[in-house]
Amino acid sequence: MTAPAKIISAFDVEKARADFPILARQVYGKPLVYLDSGASAQKPRVVLEAMTRFAESDYANVHRGVHYLSAAATDAYETARRTVQKFLNAAREDEIVFTKGGTEAINLVSYSFLAPRIQPGDEIVLSVMEHHSNIVPWHFLRERHGAVLRWVDVRDDGGLDVEALDAAITAKTKLVAVTHMSNVLGTVTPLKEIIARAHAKGVPVLADGCQAAVHEIVDVQALDIDFYAFTGHKIYGPTGIGALYAKRTHLKTMRPFNGGGEMIREVTRDLVTYADPPARFEAGTPPIIEAVGMAAAMDYLMGLDRVAVKAHEHDLLTYARERLKDFNWLRVIGDAPGKGAILSFEAEGMHAHDVATILDREGVAVRAGHHCAQPLMERFGVASTSRASFALYNNRADVDALIAALAKAREILG
Amino acid sequence: MDPSLRELYQEVILDHSRHPRHFGALDNATHKAEGYNPLCGDRVTVMLALDEAGRVADIKFQGKGCAISQASASMMTELLAGRTVEEAEKLMHGFLHLVKGEAAEDLSPDDREHLDVMSGISEFPMRVKCATLAWHTFKNAVEEGDVKVGVA
Repeated sequence: MTAPAKIISAFDVEKARADFPILARQVYGKPLVYLDSGASAQKPRVVLEAMTRFAESDYANVHRGVHYLSAAATDAYETARRTVQKFLNAAREDEIVFTKGGTEAINLVSYSFLAPRIQPGDEIVLSVMEHHSNIVPWHFLRERHGAVLRWVDVRDDGGLDVEALDAAITAKTKLVAVTHMSNVLGTVTPLKEIIARAHAKGVPVLADGCQAAVHEIVDVQALDIDFYAFTGHKIYGPTGIGALYAKRTHLKTMRPFNGGGEMIREVTRDLVTYADPPARFEAGTPPIIEAVGMAAAMDYLMGLDRVAVKAHEHDLLTYARERLKDFNWLRVIGDAPGKGAILSFEAEGMHAHDVATILDREGVAVRAGHHCAQPLMERFGVASTSRASFALYNNRADVDALIAALAKAREILG
Repeated sequence: MDPSLRELYQEVILDHSRHPRHFGALDNATHKAEGYNPLCGDRVTVMLALDEAGRVADIKFQGKGCAISQASASMMTELLAGRTVEEAEKLMHGFLHLVKGEAAEDLSPDDREHLDVMSGISEFPMRVKCATLAWHTFKNAVEEGDVKVGVA
């Protein structure tokens, strides 16, 4: 069985592949088959060029200095903020806080929003499929402020149990923190319904959008979400940059996070007053070039037919599932309806690291391990899984290479 | 097939990983430690009974992990039984050099021959930690895992 070359949607994957220089390289003398975009996505040329162009022509520090380049750089940085606003359909640009990534965005909410509101015994509702960056910041509040973490289970297919989530929200709940898309199962959570139920009880919701932002079209106004955190490097942008969307009404009440330049209004020997959001939360020189790069990645994505991209990624998943049917020694974990293009599996008698090593030598890059989601691993009774995650630049030939490499792993280890 | 893969997953290693020697609990353990690799979540517990002369009278391990970590733990228990702690540590240093592809001068020719099957790991730098987990755990057990003291 080989891949039909036919293009199945309005999205031309071969044209898109040409946008990503790294896909031209080989590893171990074999074509690179990159199926680890869930860990970090590759960068299209337009992103790299936008960063270089900015650094070569318009770079200086932002929000300080009166010289020409300072103004140009500030303009580029604030334009990037408006691009994020557009990408998430936020109502206002000052609802976008640049962070160094998704992790920092969630830590910002934990420290600046939630910590001052927590009394011992107050509860935070989480799903068991969160990855560690949407777990550990809440553990901090458990350790330091006596918060109680309430875990909501997933069904056996990996779908979120919304009824159980609803039941877990009580008068003591101060926040629901839930992923928009599981980095292991691919499960896409019904955010709109979760938010409606939480809001009915007066509880704000944070969504961890690190996996979802690249696959799903996010509309924070339609969702009516309180906080949406995501990172740049998983949406074909650079590392070191991410953002937090937060409702203006929340941002105004939040205490400062890091202290330093840019986040102040006035500093004297005896007192300090703080800048308005979002500057209040952006202490120090921000990742300026990276903000420009992330905005370029968003422009790239928004320039594509995103519905067609999603259909393409879903086709890869369906095709992979179809081809894996022959492998009765392989168990796929996560089968929720409407799941995203992530394929986690456990192979009988083969440890994920051994599988990944053999796949690697065939040029196929997958992730193996606990995926920074240990409570979820525990839920499914596995120590680790192998994970293939699909991006817009993957094609059916990549799936064929994965299948062939898995057969090889079975031959060596089985 | 990539020859380095065949070298890594040769029959001896797969046999040790499928049928690990000295696997299970050791009731009369004097020293014990748990090793954990946070990168992959693999765990191994090494239990040993040191006699009065400071020899490894008995040694066992338990745990779950990849073929490399299981095989390495299994081979380690075979090699360490009967040795003094001092000899064991010397062996460990030799082993650590071997899997990193460095000169393993500490190893006797016999030990070198036994451990040669593990030398292919040096071609897989991301997997060296899998091979060394049990050995580091052994060292930890000897140094800090006195069962009577209850540190483990």
